[in-house]
Amino acid sequence: MKILIKGGRIIDPRNNMDTVTDIYIEKGIISEIGTDLDPEGLEIEVIDARGKIVAPGLVDMHCHLREPGFEYKEDIESGTKSAAMGGFTSVACMPNTNPVIDNAAVVKYIVSKAESLGYANVYPIGAISKGLKGEELAEIGELKFAGVVGISDDGRPVSKSGLMRRALEYASMFDVTVISHCEDMDLVNDGHMNEGYMSTYLGLRGITRAAEEVMVSRDILIAEATKTGVHIAHVSTRGSVDLVRQAKKRGVRVTCETCPHYFTLTDKAVDGFNTNAKMNPPLRTDDDVEAIKEGLADGTIDAIATDHAPHHIDEKNCEFAIAANGIVGFETALSLGITYLVNEGVLSINQLIEKMSANPADILGLNKGSLMVNRPADIVIFDTDEEYTVNVSGFESKGKNSPYDGWKLKGRVQYTIVNGRIVVNQGILL
Amino acid sequence: MLGNKKDLLGLKDISAEDIKSILHNAETMKYILSQKNKKTPHLQGRSVVTLFYENSTRTRLSFELASKYMSANSANIAASGSSVAKGETLIDTAKTIDAMGTDILIMRHSMSGAPHLIAPLVKASVINAGDGMNEHPTQALLDIFTIREKKGRIEGLKVAIVGDIYHSRVARSNIYGLTKLGAEVCVGGPSTLIPEGMEQMGVKVFKSVHEALIDADVVMALRIQLERQKKGLFPSVREYSRFFGVDEKRLKFAKPDALVMHPGPVNRGVEFSSSVVDGDQSVINEQVTNGVAVRMAVMYLLSRRGQVNENSN
Repeated sequence: MKILIKGGRIIDPRNNMDTVTDIYIEKGIISEIGTDLDPEGLEIEVIDARGKIVAPGLVDMHCHLREPGFEYKEDIESGTKSAAMGGFTSVACMPNTNPVIDNAAVVKYIVSKAESLGYANVYPIGAISKGLKGEELAEIGELKFAGVVGISDDGRPVSKSGLMRRALEYASMFDVTVISHCEDMDLVNDGHMNEGYMSTYLGLRGITRAAEEVMVSRDILIAEATKTGVHIAHVSTRGSVDLVRQAKKRGVRVTCETCPHYFTLTDKAVDGFNTNAKMNPPLRTDDDVEAIKEGLADGTIDAIATDHAPHHIDEKNCEFAIAANGIVGFETALSLGITYLVNEGVLSINQLIEKMSANPADILGLNKGSLMVNRPADIVIFDTDEEYTVNVSGFESKGKNSPYDGWKLKGRVQYTIVNGRIVVNQGILL
Repeated sequence: MLGNKKDLLGLKDISAEDIKSILHNAETMKYILSQKNKKTPHLQGRSVVTLFYENSTRTRLSFELASKYMSANSANIAASGSSVAKGETLIDTAKTIDAMGTDILIMRHSMSGAPHLIAPLVKASVINAGDGMNEHPTQALLDIFTIREKKGRIEGLKVAIVGDIYHSRVARSNIYGLTKLGAEVCVGGPSTLIPEGMEQMGVKVFKSVHEALIDADVVMALRIQLERQKKGLFPSVREYSRFFGVDEKRLKFAKPDALVMHPGPVNRGVEFSSSVVDGDQSVINEQVTNGVAVRMAVMYLLSRRGQVNENSN
């Protein structure tokens, strides 16, 4: 397939590029970037990108594809189709599958399945501990050679500090990024939402911010003491942002991500026992949302990940206390970033793209997230002015668990190109 | 009629007018209860089902007698020994009960929001008989009825609620109801059992019980569940009763004619000393009587939904 993208505003933060020009793609590779390209040959698909932004395909460093084991929630096919609709060309999936991604066989299964489908590049994240049990280290070396791009016990914290220390030390030998889900379970104490006025008002058990911050603090200190690096997943509180900011100033090798729901929603969304506002960490307050935006703006928060967490309707249509945590995120993430960060002046569009492509790619050590000649063509094209209404029933994901149904957002994805193949064309999945 | 509402899920979402209309109606019901023949035709031909996922003696019996006095057909379902034990979801159970022609479904559940989940899915009127830590509206209504009966008003009174506020649906419903009717509510108890953000509910929070009691017209103590001690929320029952229990000496901080109230069952010697429970100021047993009257009123008013209001022009 030969593709010529004409006249788009090409934004590639890693190469400091922001210019109106053309891209020519041949045999899956970006073969030329330049103005007024007019390649010779037949059967060239021309995309008129005038007035639109052409950017590196988005990279999601934190999602749940649910396969193997929970295909009733999502599978690799529906998950990567959903990713493509959201402009993501590379996604890193978390290991809380069944069986857990703690051995080479599961890694290879996921990678080969995703490759045969071709909707997105899928990079598994392996477990830190065997079976996500928090007891013994998983075979991190073997996982690395099988193809994992990071390790995490996501969904569960590594409660034992000594084990976390060993994980950071051991993983650093293999240059594997350790992603920490920070939560002190003794402080969580069976809570279901943020602790504050809303939890009191609704009579739901609250989760103090300290439950997250205590472990963010712990992991920063362990990384500092052992001269290793750590990545903090889904930062949701002002305190966590402050801890990471101070650590970076001291030169600690810490990076972190947040998710669109932590800069667009607060615990008020739980009112009426709305289970689509139940996630972990929980939605916080206006002050935390403000701090997340500050952290994004000043570079404390490196990446925006989706934490795409599809669930079956029966797991959300039930009592709040037993409802599953998490929301789907692929198909709304970019638009939420444009609508609530770029249009509100928190980030430039260039910074948003960087936090959704180059930065997460760098954290995981992926050679992705920029537009380079002779590299595979992973590209997203979108129009920041195009307004649309979110309709969950139209999601490609099997999960319809989104709090954004009915929201008016800007910046719908029009084209997603993965390895030089158009998978989303004028907003329609091919 | 409660503004043509189908359900009573809590006092947080009904108006002061609705509360007053329930209290007004409960006066008539209380009169009926004082008669030798308590049978009235208010709910004749209607079906009332109680679906309790938590143990209860007084609330359940109170609802059951209230429905029987009004000639309803009543049935009880306990969580054990039913489809619930077979793993049926709450929604499926509720829809099944609804499909049998139930007019009023009275629900108690350990999880906050459970009746809110069910109410929009069933034709029956849903009455919340306690959901998790969220609300227990008929308990608060009977408390407010009792206060109004004894004091002649609610507005301007100072009501002290002491004890385990954190886990208490009774406290939350009372706070919503009492503040809507113009009372001043003060809460006090161990700081481990006072939830965050209480002040935003329009109440005054005190870290000691005696401060909350000063000049109170009503002293309401909440049941402390003794297993909370194992979770580390207070060190021992002995220490709890010493610092947070109300005995005759501590009760003197309140007004001399302050009412002593408790939703029951009382841990004697813990929340209240026995002398306070059995003392002249105690209206604990009258609360129980009023509970039947208030529940009759609530069921009757909800059953009249969709009917012509005889008072309208």
